[in-house]
Amino acid sequence: MRVLALAGRRLLSSLPTLLLILVGIFLLLQLAPGDAVDALIAQTGGGADTRAAAEMRAQMGLDLSVPAQLANYMWRLVRLDLGFSSIYGKPVSTVIFERLPATLLLMLSALSFAFFFGLVLGVLAARRVNGWPDTLISTLGLVFYATPSFWFGLMAIVLFSVHLQWLPAGGLEEIGAGYTGLRRTLDIAAHLVLPTLTLGLIFLAIYLRIMRASMLEVLSLDFVRTARAKGLDETRVVVRHVLRNALLPMVTLIGLQAGTMLGGSVVVESVFSLPGLGRLAYESVVQRDLNTLLGIVFVSAVLVICVNFVVDLLYARLDPRITP
Amino acid sequence: MKAFLRGYLRSPPAMIGLLLLLAVVAMAISADWLFPRDPLALAGRPLQWPAGHPRFPLGTDNSGRDIAAQIFHGARISLLIGVVATAIAILVGIVVGALAGYHGGWVDDVLMRLTEAFQTLPNFLLLLVLVAVFGSDLTTVTIAIGAVSWPAPARLTRAEFLTLRNREFVQACRTLGMGDARIIFREILPNALPPIIVYASVVMAVAILLESALAFLRLSDPNVASWGNLIGLGRDVLRVQWYVSAIPGLAILLTVLAVSLVGQGLNDALNPRLRRR
Repeated sequence: MRVLALAGRRLLSSLPTLLLILVGIFLLLQLAPGDAVDALIAQTGGGADTRAAAEMRAQMGLDLSVPAQLANYMWRLVRLDLGFSSIYGKPVSTVIFERLPATLLLMLSALSFAFFFGLVLGVLAARRVNGWPDTLISTLGLVFYATPSFWFGLMAIVLFSVHLQWLPAGGLEEIGAGYTGLRRTLDIAAHLVLPTLTLGLIFLAIYLRIMRASMLEVLSLDFVRTARAKGLDETRVVVRHVLRNALLPMVTLIGLQAGTMLGGSVVVESVFSLPGLGRLAYESVVQRDLNTLLGIVFVSAVLVICVNFVVDLLYARLDPRITP
Repeated sequence: MKAFLRGYLRSPPAMIGLLLLLAVVAMAISADWLFPRDPLALAGRPLQWPAGHPRFPLGTDNSGRDIAAQIFHGARISLLIGVVATAIAILVGIVVGALAGYHGGWVDDVLMRLTEAFQTLPNFLLLLVLVAVFGSDLTTVTIAIGAVSWPAPARLTRAEFLTLRNREFVQACRTLGMGDARIIFREILPNALPPIIVYASVVMAVAILLESALAFLRLSDPNVASWGNLIGLGRDVLRVQWYVSAIPGLAILLTVLAVSLVGQGLNDALNPRLRRR
């Protein structure tokens, strides 16, 4: 309970941050050329007269002063109304919630992939520090870190989809195949293999580096010597004593990287044409649908804050000292 | 300084990084001399494979432009954006972090709230918003990348300042009646600088990757020869002529790798105790 209260306090303290982001982005978008009415007129083929445009502006509250518009927007947000997307012809919240599952699925699978393999490779490297497995793993980590994700994705498509034809090149599932149940799950999983690898690669590099450093740090502490002196074999020392302590920085990193991962999904979803939030962000920039863009900013910030809330809970569970 | 140089030169990865980086710099410098023509101008028959024609060692892209020329001229753009955006991010980061760490209190609260806001928002998303609002010519893109990259250096600077601000030498300066600005920039900053300089390599690596991702999505300046632009272009012919995308991608990979290796080498040379790690 006390853990929950602590994490809840952290959650409350992130509300001003959220407010700051929204006000900042709202004011920033005021500088953008054209407004929702212009976008709407352009969408319907242009040619609306100025009287009609002025009427539409009045109806949408766009003729008010900037502070009044901001207040309006905030009040609508409190009621979870993100406005109307002129490009998609639907409320922004509907558009976003249609796209959210694909992004969450991609982020979750990329995170699991990066976390698990980062952990395993980091432990392997730390066990044989400065030996050839360590050198190999550390070099791989450096190369993965330097690889542009979209380029890796394209090359993976060339190799696995075009030449070997093992995996599909894009999309979330086979459209029109009408799979259901387990068959559909497997189909989606096959479509997600390459995007997961692509998005997870850079995080794998970061996780393995942090895991290696953190293992080395913990391995040099006194309690490890005690555990060894007690006669435990090396595997038990690592698994029971070192791993749990070395895991803390990795968990912190999940919270820190949540935003970066969301940003990375913009590129990855474009490469593999996945119908996710990132692709929606890209489309709304290209089509100047600023209402949707603002909505995506809001939802992403909330998502990052939620991830950090979960990380706080996890952290307290791993380290009992953090419950003042 | 001598020990630092020896430490750096002795490490093979650091040397490989330095040589790679020098090679990229040499490409950028020699671009005008080796490829005096506009790299974005039509050069020959489109989609010739690398090594197929003596005039085009790396082949031509889908609009018949010389890929080698675009790679050489692209090195300039990547380095330019990397260096300038990093300079902006480090400068803003140092000022924000130094003020927050030195003064503490409400200044610290306000500045850290701001930093937190920037870190909560996915930086690529913020970059998209900035490009959507201000357009995507080279200057805007560079400034925008700098504007989304300062929070991490700011936090680092703040942490350094927090540990340094109550040291004896700072108290001595206060006793002497020095002004805050002078203490911050002339006395504390030089002591706080080494880790920040090392971190600059990370910022630069990320800046180059951010620009290439933006260019790949065709949201960067289309009027310059950029590696990301070429990858985006090659995507249209990916199934058969995959080399159009593959070659510039390798260039980005090697450049970012070089920057990271140099950064790591600097770090190891500055902290010799951590070398065995």
